Amino acid sequence: MTDTNAPLLTVDGVTLQYKTPRHLVTATYRVDFSVHRSDRYVILGPSGCGKSTLLKAVGGFMPPVEGAIRIRGKEVTSPGPDRMMVFQEFEQLMPWKTVFQNVLFPMKVTRKFGRAEARERADAAIAKVNLAQFRDVYPHMLSGGMKMRVAIARAMALEPDILLMDEPFAALDALTRRTMQQELLSLWEQLRFTVLFVTHSIEEAIIVGSRVLVLSPHPGRVRAELDAGGLGYGNIDRPEFGVMAKRIHDLLFADGRPKEAASA
Amino acid sequence: MSIDVQHQGVAPFRPEIEVEPDEAVTIGDVERPLSLTERVVNNETFQRLMILVVLVVVWEIYARWLNNSLLFPTFTETVQTFARDLRNGVLVNRTLTSLQTLALGYAAGLACAAVFTTFAVASTIGTRILSTLTAMFNPLPAIALLPLALIWFGLGTPSLVFVIIHSVLWAVALNTLSGFRAVPETLRMSGRNVGLGGARYVGLILIPAAFPSILAGLKIGWAFAWRTLVAAELVFGVSSRSGGIGWYIFEARNDLDTATVFSGLLAVILIGLLVESVIFRAIEARTVNLWGMQR
Repeated sequence: MTDTNAPLLTVDGVTLQYKTPRHLVTATYRVDFSVHRSDRYVILGPSGCGKSTLLKAVGGFMPPVEGAIRIRGKEVTSPGPDRMMVFQEFEQLMPWKTVFQNVLFPMKVTRKFGRAEARERADAAIAKVNLAQFRDVYPHMLSGGMKMRVAIARAMALEPDILLMDEPFAALDALTRRTMQQELLSLWEQLRFTVLFVTHSIEEAIIVGSRVLVLSPHPGRVRAELDAGGLGYGNIDRPEFGVMAKRIHDLLFADGRPKEAASA
Repeated sequence: MSIDVQHQGVAPFRPEIEVEPDEAVTIGDVERPLSLTERVVNNETFQRLMILVVLVVVWEIYARWLNNSLLFPTFTETVQTFARDLRNGVLVNRTLTSLQTLALGYAAGLACAAVFTTFAVASTIGTRILSTLTAMFNPLPAIALLPLALIWFGLGTPSLVFVIIHSVLWAVALNTLSGFRAVPETLRMSGRNVGLGGARYVGLILIPAAFPSILAGLKIGWAFAWRTLVAAELVFGVSSRSGGIGWYIFEARNDLDTATVFSGLLAVILIGLLVESVIFRAIEARTVNLWGMQR
């Protein structure tokens, strides 16, 4: 039974670099953390701290310059359906497929499930995100929040080891964003999946996360790993919530220099 | 008083308000289906037909006023000639000959474009080759290659097919490649995320995602091909028996039979309209319009 205590994902001294046409940019420098099963693990940091790059590396889109990323003890070398990504932009849904076909697509391509089972699972996933009546509609007819739900349904239906979410609610309006955060949490209550969630909003990090990894800006280095499991919508108006937000704020702005949008 | 308040920079006190919204009955119907007339008048096909009717009326009036059928036959005269040649089969034969050659050339052009684009997608050097060739040959009118084609392939279908390939290939290849390049990074990543690669990646992600550009390329390619073919046939008919629609026009001009020239032009226009507004419209309605990729 030691297996359940072993972390699902370990990031071990990972340094990431990428090239722009003019520069070699170091995005993160020797970052360590580990994610356990059923964690809602949030990576929080100001823009330019390499948090999205880190998520891409976990997704297998970018090899680390130094260190290693392991999932279930196996080193990550390429993208794979065991780590389903949910992106910030809505372009991730294929405009030429209906909601149902979009959700079905990864299961069809990976052949993880049989034909009939895949269709059943797709319908179940769509029902779970309350889009059953939009099953045969094309993505361009959906609102931003609905597209997001389809993207989540698509990722969940495949039963990945971990769900990677790259600022999934950043492009939504404030009200939809709240609804989506709540829906993500209630889905998590039902299914207890593991999610690695990147955000630049302190409030979102505390609400969504059970663990919060705070990264320092440029290049991203670990500043703190905090426990936010007890904090959510229920106590957003409580002093504990404010204390935590203040603590994270101070960690991010410790040196007193104003940093770009670290709260939203 | 009010001036005083403004000077202090403090807005006046107002009570808070909370109301139940009225039923929106005063505007009449909040939503009602459009009447038949409204729908017909707003219909695109109807509007386009009306434009055609206006053009025809203007034509008829001008030709009657000019009263010189050698220079400018009337619409009725043109339609009569058109109907006569349809009935005796001349026009149908000529058109079919043209369309056969066109289909052959178009298909061959698309096949070449597919090869070039595959090569261009697969490697950077392929991209460079394609963009250089396109920059060189795209501005070159296909018809300018006809004399060369005649030397190489002689009088006959191969020469025509050669110039049609030239007119189709670059337009289609260029559009397809730029379509592939414009596929959003997120869509690419989400395709690779589920483990797609190679031909499946191209077939399941790139081609549908780039379909609006590909379709635009196909349309431009078709128009170029049709133009080039008619122009080339004006220069030579394969033989007087099996010449195409261009040859039909050329022959009529030699006989100073202007009404027949007009009826040939009418056929060229009608086929263009038909392909554009029936075939391509149908493809668009079932694909890019349905998917919301194009309005």
